[in-house]
Amino acid sequence: MLFKILEVYARPDFPEKLRQHIVLSLVALLVAIAIAMPVAVMIRNTRLGAAIAINIGNIGRAVPSLAILALALPFFGIGFGSALVALTALAIPPILINASTGLREVDKGIIDAARGMGLSGSQILTGIQLPIAAPVIFAGIKTSAVQTVASATLATFIGGGGLGDLIVEGYSRKGPEILLAGALAVAILAIITEVGFGMLERAFTPKGLKIAQKRRG
Amino acid sequence: MSNPALLLLQDVLEEPKLIDWEWIKENFWEDIVPALQGHIFLSFISIGIALIIALPVGVLSARYRKAYPPVTAVTGALYSIPSLALLAILISIPGVAIGPSPVIIALVAYSLLILIRNTVAGLDSVPPETIDAARGMGLTNRQILFRVELPLALPIIVAGIRIATVTIIGIATIGAYINGGGLGTLIFDGIGRQFPTMIISGAVLATALAIVADLLLLALERYLRPWARARRT
Repeated sequence: MLFKILEVYARPDFPEKLRQHIVLSLVALLVAIAIAMPVAVMIRNTRLGAAIAINIGNIGRAVPSLAILALALPFFGIGFGSALVALTALAIPPILINASTGLREVDKGIIDAARGMGLSGSQILTGIQLPIAAPVIFAGIKTSAVQTVASATLATFIGGGGLGDLIVEGYSRKGPEILLAGALAVAILAIITEVGFGMLERAFTPKGLKIAQKRRG
Repeated sequence: MSNPALLLLQDVLEEPKLIDWEWIKENFWEDIVPALQGHIFLSFISIGIALIIALPVGVLSARYRKAYPPVTAVTGALYSIPSLALLAILISIPGVAIGPSPVIIALVAYSLLILIRNTVAGLDSVPPETIDAARGMGLTNRQILFRVELPLALPIIVAGIRIATVTIIGIATIGAYINGGGLGTLIFDGIGRQFPTMIISGAVLATALAIVADLLLLALERYLRPWARARRT
């Protein structure tokens, strides 16, 4: 069985499916960051804006990923682009929620002190709010990335390609080795994403915060 | 709170070509209602089984701290496997037939991490003074667990049930691919037949079910934790 699974990975179309999966996930994640981050930054100082963003984010998180992908079908048609739109929509809520709460939870005293030292609004944002919120923001990006890699498996149902193609092929042709090869590849990719972004998260935690975390815990 | 979702719903429903109301009327009782019932059934059973496993494991992990890291490692690994992949792996196991059982196994597997983590966090949140006071009043360990610790941990446990339920309702749609039933059946049949009405009814109902479950459990969580009602969770 193991040998048969490895044979699937040696197939000429496997690298292409893997590439599609990674491109789908990565582009969706980057576009989601490009949308969610400016919104979170814009509403960082307004109570109402943050409440709206968090509620929209919570509702967005409740929407099943298959529902979003399937709904993209009647509106955007079959294919890669359609899957990309759906995955981007799915990737936004965790980033928006975490960035918004992370920026809002920066201690008011620190911001007051910075203002007292004469820092401008944008200096406070880049020098204080963003670095302090960085771990929370990265946790959101990590959640979103893992979820996007998982949901990209479903892209196959609307003709978006990716590693899900192998699962569907194995299931419909009753080829257990193809089914398992696809499933294992997706699972490994998800775990690599989880571990990789966990490392990024630690790398982006400012030194001062790490020291503070160590002292506390 | 529900405004954006309602607006979206309205947009979708007002598009005349996408929704074939005749089909919905004709198939409401034969197709749509059973799919919804099946979905609720799948989600309920799975959360129930998951709680039966997670509560004792959570209590034991809170007591015997050394057991907690391996427990989170195993359940965390299960949680990070994409659902379609987990379903595919499950039906590859000899003796596991396609149908609702592998779907329920997968849904239980996904909820364990959240439920165990929140049970432990809930028990950790009980102030040690409260436990001391209970012990001083002569309560046995068992009484302390059932009458003091678990009731105080309940809001956090319910918060976990809420996250797990929303997750499960979403993942259950994918179970239809391996004949697990539920609202995903409408979605997959709709994709197969290129019939948007079926896709939309399945997707919209699954979304609505997840949001309703989320709000109901949020209300329960707030009700159980009156002291934190002012604060946002």
